[in-house]
Amino acid sequence: MMRIACPNCGLRDEREFAYGGEAHIDRPELDCDDQAWEEYLFLRANPKGEHAERWVHVHGCGVWFNLIRHTETHEVVAVYVMGVARP
Amino acid sequence: MTGYRLSHGGGRIDRGQSIDFSFNGKRYAGLAGDTLASALLANGVQLVGRSFKLHRPRGIVGAGCEETNALVQLEHGLSSIPNVQATMIALEEGLVARSINAWPSLTWDIAGVNDRLRGLFSAGFYYKTFMWPDWHWFEWLIRRAAGLGKVPVVPDPQRYEARHVECDLLVIGGGRRGLAAAAQAARDGKSVLLVDLDQGLPSLEGVRTFEKTAALGIWDHGFVLAASEGRVLHRIRAEQIILATGKQERGIAFANNDLPGIMLAGAIGRYVADYAVAPGRSGIFFVNNDLGWRSAIEAAQCGVGVRAIVDPRPQVLPELADRARAHGIDLFFSSLVQSAHGRGRVTGVTIEKPDGLSRLACDFVGVSGGWNPASQLWTMAGGQTKFNERSQSFQPDGLVANVEWAGPEPIEAEPIWTVHGGDEKTMFVDFQTDVTVADIKLAARENYRSVEHLKRYTVLGMGVDQGKLSSVPGAMILAETIGAKPGTLSASKVRPPFVPTAFGLIGADLRGERFRPRRYLPAHEWHVREGAVFEDFGWERPAAYPVGREDIQAAAEREAAAVRSGVGLFDGSPLGKILVAGPEAAAFLDRVYVGTPSTLKPGRIRYGLVLNENGTILDDGVYARLQDGSFLLSPSSAFADRMVRLLEDLLQCEWPMDVVVQDVTEQYAVWTVAGPNARNVLEALQPSFDLSSERFPHLSVREGKLDGSEVRIQRVSFSGELSYEIQVPAGQAVQMGDALMAAGKPYGLVPYGIEALEILRIEKGYIHVGTDTDSETQPGDIGFGGAIAKKQSDFLGRRALTRRSSLSPNRKLLVGLTSLCGGILPVGGHVRAPSGQSGGFVTSSQFSPVLGRGVALGLVEQGQRRLGEIVEIVSLGKRWQARISETVAYDREGGRLDT
Ligand SMILES: [Zn+2]
Repeated sequence: MMRIACPNCGLRDEREFAYGGEAHIDRPELDCDDQAWEEYLFLRANPKGEHAERWVHVHGCGVWFNLIRHTETHEVVAVYVMGVARP
Repeated sequence: MTGYRLSHGGGRIDRGQSIDFSFNGKRYAGLAGDTLASALLANGVQLVGRSFKLHRPRGIVGAGCEETNALVQLEHGLSSIPNVQATMIALEEGLVARSINAWPSLTWDIAGVNDRLRGLFSAGFYYKTFMWPDWHWFEWLIRRAAGLGKVPVVPDPQRYEARHVECDLLVIGGGRRGLAAAAQAARDGKSVLLVDLDQGLPSLEGVRTFEKTAALGIWDHGFVLAASEGRVLHRIRAEQIILATGKQERGIAFANNDLPGIMLAGAIGRYVADYAVAPGRSGIFFVNNDLGWRSAIEAAQCGVGVRAIVDPRPQVLPELADRARAHGIDLFFSSLVQSAHGRGRVTGVTIEKPDGLSRLACDFVGVSGGWNPASQLWTMAGGQTKFNERSQSFQPDGLVANVEWAGPEPIEAEPIWTVHGGDEKTMFVDFQTDVTVADIKLAARENYRSVEHLKRYTVLGMGVDQGKLSSVPGAMILAETIGAKPGTLSASKVRPPFVPTAFGLIGADLRGERFRPRRYLPAHEWHVREGAVFEDFGWERPAAYPVGREDIQAAAEREAAAVRSGVGLFDGSPLGKILVAGPEAAAFLDRVYVGTPSTLKPGRIRYGLVLNENGTILDDGVYARLQDGSFLLSPSSAFADRMVRLLEDLLQCEWPMDVVVQDVTEQYAVWTVAGPNARNVLEALQPSFDLSSERFPHLSVREGKLDGSEVRIQRVSFSGELSYEIQVPAGQAVQMGDALMAAGKPYGLVPYGIEALEILRIEKGYIHVGTDTDSETQPGDIGFGGAIAKKQSDFLGRRALTRRSSLSPNRKLLVGLTSLCGGILPVGGHVRAPSGQSGGFVTSSQFSPVLGRGVALGLVEQGQRRLGEIVEIVSLGKRWQARISETVAYDREGGRLDT
């Protein structure tokens, strides 16, 4: 049960949040080829280590944000707002 | 002779206060301060249970949470608590306990025959023995014989409570090191919480203390669950955790080491010192470490008859040997207890000495095979362990964020796990689940050579024990068997909870109605008054309003017919109501819907689909343009919450646009008036706007007054009839319902429920997403190919619709299915393809009262291109003939929408 620092609300319990999958998955243009679309839909990094992911403070302010989590230790390495590049 | 109360000592008991209790129907007396286990021992009760698989007689082995044999059912009238450790129960006046796992009785246990058939019951027996000819032949017997305590016949009456606690430092374990750490941190100004399984801790200034509290497990970021007396669940968040959880003794596997009367040496020490209870008159200690000697000597000092100490080591500290001799104890060095003897309880042991075997009589045996650190919580927190040669144990090693190990120094012990030469099938490693040395060797022979595989194959360490007594010896015996270096196989992974815990406690406050609160419609009382039968559709919704002796089906058919011929009233309040507003609202919704909301005129409504990026249909529903820059979306009831989340997700993460989204679903109730007389009913309530089709056509929205209340009315239809959806503030739902009922009386208005709505929408071929579509259904499959071709711009899911699989001619398309024999087609029934495989299935099916026959929808391969074809439908061994038909079975021209 992690603790996550919402950019609006500060440090809160994990149960207030919902996970939204890997971050920084760019939506390709409509005229992309099938392979680009397949990669967008299905290919995810799944690293053993630091993982950039999206979370939403669903039982709080409702904001979506990015965070980097270590998948072995669950250490939250960084939290940053939407639209910002991975630190 | 068996256990008895010593005349002196006993630090925890009050000899002045006798306590009556009952065990297996017999009444006994104990003392205040006793545990159930100490009181049973003091009363000479040695047989307390039967083992899980072989039903061998078992006695108490431990004195604390390591106990694996003395599991009892605590009874309070009809309710009872199964599988409680007798060592952890404080004796109370009138306590009633029974052994578990014995049938029909403890002393005459019919399954005891298992023990004589144990060739059949080796590890993995379950998979090997009961598969032929059919597992179900054996199931009743196994279900009777397996499992532990009895499931209570009434709901758990215990009130559980959950509390949230925060602290700078959490100390788990109130021994010497725990107390010191807590006191120091408090002096440093930290908020400190100390938890301990036991009671009677000294109070420390600035330290909050929870006694009789078990830490059940450690999770990320200092999150700990702890249970106080099994009734209060503490959800603790600590900045720092110190584990001062001490050590746990382990046994040695020799033949018949599970006979009642054979106990852990340290447990005997605790019974003697704390409760003045002797386990017998004449005991033998079999120990490989100095602490075991101390247990024996202390017992002797308190007046317990200790006959001999057997130690595999050639010598011990002279001080220990002298003290033992002073109490008249015989000492056997370089010796082993090879086997124990007795029927139902231990009466003697065979000792293997350097000069041969000899047999000694005794009535109890204390065993100490060394000591493990109680590192379960450490490993749960992600901590590593390292094998320690001196103590032959796995010691916490490395670092874990926020968690510190403050365990005792390792205690030197001779490596001795099994005593060779006896019957390995009676050398028990895990008492509770009857795992023997023979089972471990069998697992190794069958190549289960990792401790985790061993655990699954033999169930070693899986029960209440959770490896406390068994997992280190199990790993070491496996290593010995396969020739691995000691310590290269660590003990198997331990999981929460650390001690047996009731499910009710884990749920704590979230039980019953609070687990998932019901959602009631704003007009719930109105529906009750009208005689509704409710069903849970995420909300408590009227299924139908039966009259007299009608069942739901009959009521639904009557209600549906009434809507077709007159007028009906339906509560559609759970329908999603989402406001989307802002300068870019139209452009944003163009990206969300398959259709083109930006071309919609204010005051008008359109039907639309929402897809996911994979091109499959997430939801259908209408959207209205209220003003130029504001839309009201009406996703289906089931999708309303997810639609809000989807829109927020898109706006915040994909397309930052000047748009706001507001969910007003629960702010408004919705009354739907549907049927040829719908307009007449509304006219009777003095609407402030013209209801004529010229001024208020199908698929438009108006705001104004009805019966003096502010309303918003959408002219949409899910029934195929003239229909108005009237939105009123939730607080006015009942009042509006009453007004509509009164106004509808001259027209025979009837309330109708979900079941009638199902009939109406299937007659009209209106889909229900998730019922008539699945996770493969795309817009073209339900007849919306044209809408997509027209639209130029991108929208969610568009790219996926041009993939090869999306363009395949073999896709399942939505069709109507008409039963040829008149009956109702089964939902889920498969359409048989020429290959004999499934070529589609029935998605919705009902009896249509207005058509006098069954109507159905289905997803069928090449569906619409096969209109008129007769197919066979198969379900649960029965067959139906059906004709593939248009989806719309009633009023294909749609003239009834605009009467
Ligand atoms: Zn927040």
